[in-house]
Amino acid sequence: MSNSTTKPDAGHPHIVGYGTFIKVWIALLALTALLVGLSLAGSPNLALLGLLVITPTKASLVLFYFMHLKYESTALKYMVAIALAVLVIFVGLTFTDYLFR
Amino acid sequence: MSAEADSHATPHRDYIGAKLGMWIFVFTELILFGGLFVAYGMYRSMHPHDFHKAAGELNVRLGVTNTVVLLTSSLTMVLSIVAVRLQRKGQAMLFLGSTVVLGCVFLFNKFFEWKAKIHHGLYPGSEHLMARPPGERLFFGLYYGMTGLHGLHVTVGVVLLSVMFALLRRDKIRHDDFVKLENSGLYWHLVDIIWIFLLPLFYLAA
Amino acid sequence: MSTQAATVAHGEPNFYAGSARKGIASWLFTTDHKRIGIMYLAAMLTFFLVGMTIGVLMRLEHLTMGPTIMKPTTYNALFTLHGVIMIFLFVIPGLPAVFGNFMLPIMIGAKDVAFPRLNLLSWYLFMAGATIAITSLFTGGGPPDTGWSFYVPYSVTTGTNVTMAVLGAFVIGFSSILTGMNFITTIHRLRAQGMNWMRMPLFPWALYATAWVQVLATPILGITLLLVILERVFHLGIFDPRIGGDPILYQHLFWTYSHPAVYIMIIPAMGAISEIIPTFAHRTIFGYKAIVMSSMAIAGVGSLVWAHHMFTSGMSETSIVIFSLLTFLVAIPSAIKIFNWVATLYKGSVELRAPMLYALGFIFLFSIGGLTGLFQGALAINVHIHDTYFIVGHFHYVMFGGTGFAFFAALHYWYPKMFGRRYNEKSAVVAFIHIFVGFNMLYFGMLVLGMKGMPRRYYDHLPQFHAGHIHATIGSWIMVAGLLMMIVNLVRGLFRKVEVPANPWGGVTLEWTIPSPPPVENFDVLPVITEPPYTFNPPGKEQAR
Repeated sequence: MSNSTTKPDAGHPHIVGYGTFIKVWIALLALTALLVGLSLAGSPNLALLGLLVITPTKASLVLFYFMHLKYESTALKYMVAIALAVLVIFVGLTFTDYLFR
Repeated sequence: MSAEADSHATPHRDYIGAKLGMWIFVFTELILFGGLFVAYGMYRSMHPHDFHKAAGELNVRLGVTNTVVLLTSSLTMVLSIVAVRLQRKGQAMLFLGSTVVLGCVFLFNKFFEWKAKIHHGLYPGSEHLMARPPGERLFFGLYYGMTGLHGLHVTVGVVLLSVMFALLRRDKIRHDDFVKLENSGLYWHLVDIIWIFLLPLFYLAA
Repeated sequence: MSTQAATVAHGEPNFYAGSARKGIASWLFTTDHKRIGIMYLAAMLTFFLVGMTIGVLMRLEHLTMGPTIMKPTTYNALFTLHGVIMIFLFVIPGLPAVFGNFMLPIMIGAKDVAFPRLNLLSWYLFMAGATIAITSLFTGGGPPDTGWSFYVPYSVTTGTNVTMAVLGAFVIGFSSILTGMNFITTIHRLRAQGMNWMRMPLFPWALYATAWVQVLATPILGITLLLVILERVFHLGIFDPRIGGDPILYQHLFWTYSHPAVYIMIIPAMGAISEIIPTFAHRTIFGYKAIVMSSMAIAGVGSLVWAHHMFTSGMSETSIVIFSLLTFLVAIPSAIKIFNWVATLYKGSVELRAPMLYALGFIFLFSIGGLTGLFQGALAINVHIHDTYFIVGHFHYVMFGGTGFAFFAALHYWYPKMFGRRYNEKSAVVAFIHIFVGFNMLYFGMLVLGMKGMPRRYYDHLPQFHAGHIHATIGSWIMVAGLLMMIVNLVRGLFRKVEVPANPWGGVTLEWTIPSPPPVENFDVLPVITEPPYTFNPPGKEQAR
C-alpha cells in the first residue's frame, strides 16, 4: 500500500501508510549491514565511525518514523531533545572524571 | 454529582495526554538504561583492550540475527497500528501477532546464547571468569546486566503486546480508540532502540 | 478574581462525605487526588515521627562520651535508618505528594490529575516500598549500617539486609516517577481555559520543574540500586574493586540522582513559599517571571553538580574544578528567589500568622543552608569539612530548615482548606518558636562542631567536642518539644467543629474560591482565567475573611 489518503478520525493525526514504514525498515536493515561490514573491516576507526554515526541514525529512524515523532508536536520534540541531552550530559560530565584521572 | 469522580463514570479521554504520559515513561526507561551505558562507557575507556578481546567471544551472527528480528518486529508493530486505523482488523491482528512471535524468537535466541556462555563457565562469579583480566570480567558483568535487563523488558513487552492482541480481538482497540496500542508500540520501539545500541557496544566491539 | 465562597448553598457535600464507597474502602480505592494527598500526609507524618525519634536517640547517645544508651553497631543502623526514612519517606515525596496532589488540580482549575488511577498506584508503591524498607529491620542480617548512601564496597560486602532496604527505595522511586509523569501531563493538558503558562501560579510552576527532575533523575537511582542488588545476589562485579570495578563509579551514579533529589525537595518548598508570602503580605509577588525562570534553572543546573559530593573520593582534579564551578552557578537562581520574596514584603501589609512565621523562618534558615553549601562547593574548604558535622549542619539547614519548614508552612496555610477546620493560632506560634530556637541550637551547633573537626557518622566523640554535643542535644529536645506541640495542635484542631469560609487568609489563587473543604469535583463550573496571577485588590475591597 502506498501512502494512504484516508482521512484521519477527529482528534487523531494523519495516517502514514505501509509503504513509508517498509522503506524505513529496509533502510534500517541496510544500515545494520553497513555497520557490521565496517566493524568487521578490521579498522577500529571505521568501527568507531559505525558506532558514532550509523547507530544514532538507526535510532533516529525508529524514533522519527516508527515512534511517529516526526509528526508530533514541537513541544514533544523538545521534550525528547531534553531527555537525550540530559543523558548525554550525564555521560559527558562523568567522563570529565575518567578521562583526566 | 455525589458519586466519586471515577474515570469510568464520565469517560475522560485525552489522546494527546495519554500519549504524552507514555512518552515521559519512555524517557525514564532511556535514563534507566542510560545509567548502564555510563558504566559501560567509563569501563571501556579504562580497559579498551580487554573489552575488545572479550567481545570477540560473543556470537556476532546471533547478535545480528536478533537485531534483524527486533527491527522487523518494530515494523510489524507499527503496521498493526496503521491497519487498526484503516479498519483492517484481520491484518492488524496478523501484524500484532507477528510482533509477539518475533519477540519470542528474540527471547529464544537470547536463552540459547546465555545457555552456551554459562555452559562455557562464563558467568558472573564463575571461577573461569574470575581468572580473566579485570576488563574482561567487567565486560561480561555488563553484558549480563545490560542484555539481562533488556531481555526482561522484552519479556514484559511480549506480555503487554499479547494483552493488546486480546483487546484487539475483542474490539476494545478500534480505529477511533487505539491509544493503548500506540503506547504499547512506543514501549516496543524503545526496547528496539536499546538493542540498536547494545549491538555495536557488545557484539561488534571486537 | 472573585472569591465569593461557593459553599454548601448548593447542597453539594464536601469530598469527605461525597464518596460512593463507605468507610476505609472510600480511601483505599479512591482516585480522588484530595484523598490521595491526605493519605500521603498521614503516612508521611507517621514516618517523620519515627525518623525524628531515631534522631533523638542518636543525640542521646552523644550526651556522654563512650557508650551511652547503645552499641556502636546500633548507632550505625540508626543513622542509616534516620537518613533513609527522612529522605525517602518524608522529604523527597514531601510537598508534591501531599500538597501537589491536593492543590495542583485545584490551582490550575481542573477536576483531578491527568491519570487518577496512576495516582493511586503511586501511593500504593510508596507504601509498598516503605513496607519493604521497614522489613529490612527485622530480616536478613538486620537493618543496614551503610549510611543512607549505600556506598560500595561496604554495601556489597556487609551482612546487614542492604538488599531489602535498597529494594524498598527502588520501589519508592517508581512512586516518585509516576507522580512526576502525572503532574507534567496534568499541567500540560488540564489547565483551565485562559490559564496560559504565564498565568499559572508559582506552586504549580514549581511542581512542573520538580516533575521533570523526578522523571529524568530518579531512573538513575533505580539502575544504581538494582546494580547493588545484582552485585550482592549474583556477584555481577561492576563495583567490585577486586575485579577491576570502580567504587567511585557507584558514587557518580548514586549522586547523579541524589543531588537532583535535593532539588526535588526544595523547588516545591520554594513554590509554597511563593504562595504564602504574597498572601500574608497582601501584595503581589515581586518578579513572577524571574521566579518561574529560576525554578526551571535550578532544576536544570542543579542536575549538573552532583560530583561536589565526591571531591575527596579520588576523582580527577579537572573534574573537580568543573563541578565546583557549576555548583557556584546553581546558587544564583536560588538567591534570585530570596531577593524576590524579601522584595515582596517591602511596602506590603505583613501579617505574622503561623504560615507566614514558618515562611519567614524558611527564608532565614534556607539562606544559612544555601550559603554553607557555597562554602562546601569550594574545594579548598571542602577538603577540611567533608564528612564532618559541618555537612550535617548544612543539609539539615536546607532539607529541614528549608523543605521541612516550608512543609509546615504549607500545612498551616492549606489546613483550613484541606480539613475545613482551624488550629489554635497561639499554640501554633508557641510551637514555632520552640522549633525555631531548638533548630538553631542543634544545627548551628553542628556547623561549629564540624568546623572544629567532629566527623559525621561517628558514634563517639573526643573531649574537645563534648560541650558542643551537649549544646546540640539540648537544642534537639527544645525542637522536638516544639514539633510535638505543633502536631498536637494540628490534630486537636481536626476535632473542633467550626465553619471555615472559602477564603480565611485573603488569598487570590483558585483554591480560595471553592468551599473548605472542597467538593468532590472541586469546581461546580470550571473557571475561566482572565487576569494575571497574584492580583490583589487594594485594601477596602478585600476578600471575605
